[in-house]
Amino acid sequence: MNGERMTAIKNGVKIGVGSVMAPAGLDPLVIKGDFPILSRIINGHKLIYLDNAATTQKPSCVISALRNYYENQNANVHRGLHTLAEEATAAFEATRKKVAEFIGSVKPEEIIYTRNATEAINLVAYSWGRHNLKPQDRIVLTEMEHHANLVPWIVLAKETGAELKFIPIDGDGLLDLENIDRIISEDTKLVALTHMSNVLGTINPVAEIARIAHHNGALVLLDGAQSVPHLPVNIKEIDADFYAFSAHKMLGPTGIGILYGRESILQKMEPFLFGGEMISEVDFEKATWNVLPWKFEAGTPNIADAVAYGSALDYLTDLGMEAVRSHEMDLTAYALRKLSELDSIKIFGPMDSRLRGGAISFVDRQIHPHDLATFLDSRGIAIRAGHHCAQPLMRRLGVGSTARASFYIYNTFEEIDEFVGAIAEARRYFVNE
Amino acid sequence: MSEALDALYRDILMDHYRNPRGKRKLLNPEIHNHGENPLCGDELEMEIKIDGDRVADIYVSCAGCAVSVSSGSMLAEIIKGKSLAEVKRIARAVKAMLTGGEVIDEIELGDLEVLEGVKKFPVRVKCALLSWATLVNSLESYEHGLETKVSSTE
Repeated sequence: MNGERMTAIKNGVKIGVGSVMAPAGLDPLVIKGDFPILSRIINGHKLIYLDNAATTQKPSCVISALRNYYENQNANVHRGLHTLAEEATAAFEATRKKVAEFIGSVKPEEIIYTRNATEAINLVAYSWGRHNLKPQDRIVLTEMEHHANLVPWIVLAKETGAELKFIPIDGDGLLDLENIDRIISEDTKLVALTHMSNVLGTINPVAEIARIAHHNGALVLLDGAQSVPHLPVNIKEIDADFYAFSAHKMLGPTGIGILYGRESILQKMEPFLFGGEMISEVDFEKATWNVLPWKFEAGTPNIADAVAYGSALDYLTDLGMEAVRSHEMDLTAYALRKLSELDSIKIFGPMDSRLRGGAISFVDRQIHPHDLATFLDSRGIAIRAGHHCAQPLMRRLGVGSTARASFYIYNTFEEIDEFVGAIAEARRYFVNE
Repeated sequence: MSEALDALYRDILMDHYRNPRGKRKLLNPEIHNHGENPLCGDELEMEIKIDGDRVADIYVSCAGCAVSVSSGSMLAEIIKGKSLAEVKRIARAVKAMLTGGEVIDEIELGDLEVLEGVKKFPVRVKCALLSWATLVNSLESYEHGLETKVSSTE
C-alpha cells in the first residue's frame, strides 16, 4: 500500500515505518471488532469514524468495566469500612497507578484526577498561577494553542498583571524557534504549550523547550490531550512540570482528565477546590489539607469513569504505544499523499508524518468545510469542521474554519480511500466543473 | 445520494449559492452592518439603502457555507422593494420555519421555503439564520437611531 520506507528515531528506539502493517503487528480490522459502535450504519453506509481528535470510540472492555463497577463494586471511596468501599477504592487507585506507569513511571501521588484536560489546566492557573505571578512576569504560549490552554492564561494575566508572549509558527505549521531566547526571558514564570496540535497535528519539540524554560527558571506545562493517546510519552524524559490530558480521547469514558504535577511543586500549591476528601483535619474555624494527590480532589470523585479508564489504559498498553504511533504514522503519510493528489485541497501543518500526528486539517478551495462535513456524513464518514477551539490559529492561517480528519488504531487505508473518494464526489455535487 | 442531503441542498438553494443575488455594493447606504457565526467562522456584510419606509436596495456578501450564502441571497431577493413592516414579518416567518417557532402570519416565502430542509440538520440552522439575524438587528438599530454593531448568531 505504502511503498516508501522511512525510519524514525523516537526516544532512541529505531522504528521501521511505511509498510502496510507495523512491525509490532497492529491489525485495525481485529481492533475494529472490539468497538461495537464501529459496526453502526450511518445514513445507509458503514460508519467511518475520522473524528478521533475530538473523542475516540470505546472498546467493549471499557464499556463492560463501567457496567461491572456499577453492578458489583459501587461504593464511595476512601472512607468506607466495608468490603464494597474497599474494592471501589482499590479499583479507583489502581487506575491512578496505571496512569503513572503509562506516562513514564512517575509517582502515583503526582497524578490528580480532574474532569478533563481543561480542568487540569485551570487547576494550575488557579492554584499555582494566582499565588506565583505578579505584574511584569511573563507567560509564554504558542500560536497553535487550543482555547483550553489559552483562555485560562488570558484571564490569569489580566488578574495578575502578567504578560503573555507567543512563540510563532512558520509556514509549515512548525514552531519558529529562531527568537526563542528572547521570547523565553528571565521574567518568564511559565511556558505552557501543546505537545501535539489538535489542528495542525504538529508534534512540538517539548523537551528542548522545557530545557530552555528551566534554564530561565520557568515552569513548563504541556497540553497532552492529543499526544498521550497517540504517542509513547515519557514525562521524565521531557522533564515537564505539569502535563494535562483527557481519558475520553484515548478510549476511556468522558468526565475523567488527568493532571500530572511534579511532586515538589504540588506540595507547595494551595488546593483548587475545598470540601470533603481534600482535608486532613477540620475544626470549626480552620482546616489542614490532605496529602497528595487527594489535596486536589475535593468531593466524591468520578469513580466509575476512573475505574473504566483503567481498562482503556490496559487496552493501549497491550497494543503498545510504539505500535499505535507506527500505525498512525502510516495512515497519516498515506492520507497526506492521497489528499495532496486533489488539486482543490489545501492542507495545513507539516507534510512529513514523522513531525506530526494523525489530525489533518484542510480546506477545499470551493467547498465550505461545513458543506463538506455534511456531505461526508451522508456517506457515513464522520469528520470535524469548524475552528477546532483555536480561533487565533485560524486567523493566523487566514481561514474561518477548516475540515479535519483524525485517525486512530481502528482506522484503515481503505477508509482513507473512501474518505478521499467522497471528497472527489462532493466536488461533483457542489462545484460546477 | 441520500434524500436528506438532497432535501438540504435543493436545486434552488444551490442556484443561489453559485450565483448569489444582491452582490452590488451600494452608494451611501443607511445601514451598514456585519454579522458573524462564531461557531463556524462565517462572516457576512450587509448594506441597505432605505427610501421612506421601504428597502430600496440591498447588498449582501457572505463568506460561508452553501446554506448561509444562499439564505443571504434569498434574503436580498425577497426584501428588495418591501416595506420595513413587511420585511420584519418575513424575517419572523423565516425564523419560525427554521426553529419550529410559532407562525404568526401566513406569508408566501417563495424560494425561501427550500430552507425548510435545514431543520433536519440542527447545527446548520444558525448558518441559515445568520443573514436574517443581521437584518433584524440592523433594522432595530436603524429605527432606534443607534449605531449598528456586529450581529452574532450566538
